[in-house]
Amino acid sequence: MLPIQNVEIQNRIDSLKDQDLYIHLELTTGAYAAHNDSTKHPAANFITNALIRYGIGSISGNGPYRVGLKMEKGWIYAEGLTHYDETDAERLIMAGHDSSGKLVVALQLSREPF
Amino acid sequence: MEQRILVVLPHPDDECFGISGTLAKHIAAGAQVTYACLTLGERARNMGNPPFANRITLPQIRKGELEQSCKAIGIQDLRLLGFHDKTLEFEDQDLLDLKIGELLAELNPTLVITFFPGFAVHPDHDATGAAVVRTIGKLQPSARPPVHCLAFSHNHQESIGAPDVLVDVSEFLQQKIASVLSHRSQFYVPQLFEKNPHKNREVQERFGTERFYTYKFA
Repeated sequence: MLPIQNVEIQNRIDSLKDQDLYIHLELTTGAYAAHNDSTKHPAANFITNALIRYGIGSISGNGPYRVGLKMEKGWIYAEGLTHYDETDAERLIMAGHDSSGKLVVALQLSREPF
Repeated sequence: MEQRILVVLPHPDDECFGISGTLAKHIAAGAQVTYACLTLGERARNMGNPPFANRITLPQIRKGELEQSCKAIGIQDLRLLGFHDKTLEFEDQDLLDLKIGELLAELNPTLVITFFPGFAVHPDHDATGAAVVRTIGKLQPSARPPVHCLAFSHNHQESIGAPDVLVDVSEFLQQKIASVLSHRSQFYVPQLFEKNPHKNREVQERFGTERFYTYKFA
């Protein structure tokens, strides 16, 4: 994973628009959030291999980054993205990591299921 | 006093702390106010305390709160533009500009109030202000209504100086407090639940003046 370069991500987002894609979208505080700090409220969710299609998409912010994808009848939104997998040419794999490197958020798009 | 005011803000509750007193003051002097609210704030994390809203019920609850706030202020015309919370910076800019342009053409406002793009903290606030000044900036200079902007990011005074429009709203604190209290899923301000809160000196100091920047088009 490399720190996000937003021009590269925008090009990838554009190349994936107007087609059926599988998505993995996840947000998590980690299962030990409350264990480590009782003031923390643990929460997490993920959706994986839902089939989506967007017509407009962009990356925004100065890092951590936000991505918004506009679909015919809805939206996909992720905030806190910091890194992407530069080795994967087919899929767009993005994640947000905190200062200790733990994953907080993930947004992944692929023409094939994950 | 202004005759026709167009307010363009993205979230139900964006009007209550920053401009509700100013609007109530203009309305008392005879102004017609249209409030174009771009979203329903449906991605807010506040759900009341204890929580009484959820992701499914929040849009309708916030719509009702906004209508109640407008009534408290005296706003005659509320327009819900139907965009989605947290998405405005990603929206089709032509669509945003078209919707704002239609309102300008229909209402021919003598004053427009919005957020100062780049100095309003929330991405939706900045995107809304940017769309307004972009759309008005396309008009002939002689056709542009004055635009008063709200700014409150930590860096705003360093970058754009002090606000040039200060409005004393101390006579309209009852309307302002009623506007804030309308948004009960979003805010809890303890002093506002005391008896006659508009007479509380702390409330008067905190809420009695509203501040705007006149936008300078290039």
